[in-house]
Amino acid sequence: MYRQAKTGKLMIEILRDKCDFCGCCVGICPEDAIELKEAEIYIIDARCTNCSKCVWSCPIEVIKFNREGVLV
Amino acid sequence: MKTNYDIIVVGAGPAGSIAARYAAEQGVSVLILEKDRDVGYPVRCGEAISKAGVEEFIPSDEKWIAAHIEKFSLNSPDGTEAIVEFEDAGYVLERRIFDYALAKTAANAGAEILTRAYVNGLIIEDNKVAGVKYEYRGEPKEVKAKIVIGADGVESRIGRWAGLKTFVHFRDMECCAQVTAAQINLDPNTLYFYFGEEYAPGGYFWAFPKGMNTANIGLGVSGMVGKQRSALSYLNNFMTKRYPDAPVLTSIAGGVPSTVTLEKISAPGIMLVGDAARQVNPLSGGGIASGMIGGSIAGRIAGESIKLNKPDHVLTYDKAWHDRLGKRHETFERIKNGIYNFSDDKFNKIAHSFNKVPKDKRSLGRLFTTALINQPSLLVDIAKVFVI
Ligand SMILES: Cc1cc2nc3c(=O)[nH]c(=O)nc-3n(C[C@H](O)[C@H](O)[C@H](O)COP(=O)(O)OP(=O)(O)OC[C@H]3O[C@@H](n4cnc5c(N)ncnc54)[C@H](O)[C@@H]3O)c2cc1C
Ligand code: SF4
Ligand code: SF4
Repeated sequence: MYRQAKTGKLMIEILRDKCDFCGCCVGICPEDAIELKEAEIYIIDARCTNCSKCVWSCPIEVIKFNREGVLV
Repeated sequence: MKTNYDIIVVGAGPAGSIAARYAAEQGVSVLILEKDRDVGYPVRCGEAISKAGVEEFIPSDEKWIAAHIEKFSLNSPDGTEAIVEFEDAGYVLERRIFDYALAKTAANAGAEILTRAYVNGLIIEDNKVAGVKYEYRGEPKEVKAKIVIGADGVESRIGRWAGLKTFVHFRDMECCAQVTAAQINLDPNTLYFYFGEEYAPGGYFWAFPKGMNTANIGLGVSGMVGKQRSALSYLNNFMTKRYPDAPVLTSIAGGVPSTVTLEKISAPGIMLVGDAARQVNPLSGGGIASGMIGGSIAGRIAGESIKLNKPDHVLTYDKAWHDRLGKRHETFERIKNGIYNFSDDKFNKIAHSFNKVPKDKRSLGRLFTTALINQPSLLVDIAKVFVI
């Protein structure tokens, strides 16, 4: 919840159509904030702290830091 | 399907299937839950393994062997090639068939398997894991168990929900991109590795032949590198330069937790195996064989714990793993930290001096010795793991 206190919005955007569902980002997320099914992925926005680690670890660049905030 | 099992295994990769088999062989009831619709697919792997690593668990079978490996080719940034004969024989697997074969051995031992079952929570009773919640074809379900084995791969969320610290520092995650491409003319019995800034800083680039001029071509870079540049861009760069017209049959992403095993891989009612426990060899990034070894130890101990009705017995798993491989991985981790930060110049020099070693003495151990000649403390580590 402290994400909301800090920025008030989720700034991490997964380009779902381009995701390979590999789980790399899930393995590094310190907050367990990424839900990944067989072919479905989303961020649990109440847990995400916008730390950007998932952005850096995605091997195929499909997670973006979106300064404007993401609609969820 | 029952509503209650002795043991539930989450994930039907190599580690999960072997854990299930070793548990089921002791006559306890075992259920494997796998989120994908197919065991073994999609394949996120270079598929290289030693023959010994396979045969500890399943007799070799041409059905899932794509290539037989006899040599390593290690390429430094200036293009110098160092060839090392493989002391043991090796394979490049066809993992979609291999993983399936492993799951069959678990099923034949008595384990039940349910695919398309996405585990999304644990049942906790009296501070102890007592089963799992899962989604099956869109419907929420629950099933109880005395022991849950998390074999859920790189994600490793099952362990987190049980209170184990499983997430990997992004520096220690090798972020990978790979294609399986055709019309690749490489020696069909050699594994190719490429080192240096251009290929994969802080990691390595590979090309593993898979028969009929196809190959798995890919790389892993630390999440630290990913901050600047993604694995995919390195891969695209390599393919454009060397194989611009190669037809691409598959392309995948993946993460390899390349570090030592988690501090704790068991707690009351829960055990972790394979990538979920971070049991990958941190030097090579290979995790098929070590995951199966972890799975076999956990499966055996879980089965014993049920038979003896001794819940605390699961806690002996940590030490059993550490003695068998965990300790060795700590040494590999030190060697890795010693070499993955080498400059291009250093890689070149190593290749040049290695090629001066008489042919019959060019072993992997000798190569690492050459690489680390100025770091005597690491040489002691190497002496411990390779017979030089
Ligand atoms: C690009 C790449 C190249 C590699 N190359 C090699 C190599 O050449 N040689 C080698 O030895 N190793 C290699 N590895 C590592 C190797 O692939 C892994 O170490 C190995 O697959 C680990 O096996 P596992 O059983 O622990 O996990 P996995 O094989 O990942 O299996 C985990 C299973 O759990 C399932 N699962 C996950 N979460 C859930 C859930 N919530 N509910 C239900 N099911 C779930 C997944 O769908 C999956 O089937 C490579 C890895 C990558 C990414
Ligand atoms: S790391 Fe990238 S490709 Fe892999 S699951 Fe996460 S967003 Fe998708
Ligand atoms: S930004 Fe950080 S907390 Fe949010 S999903 Fe990514 S890794 Fe997790």
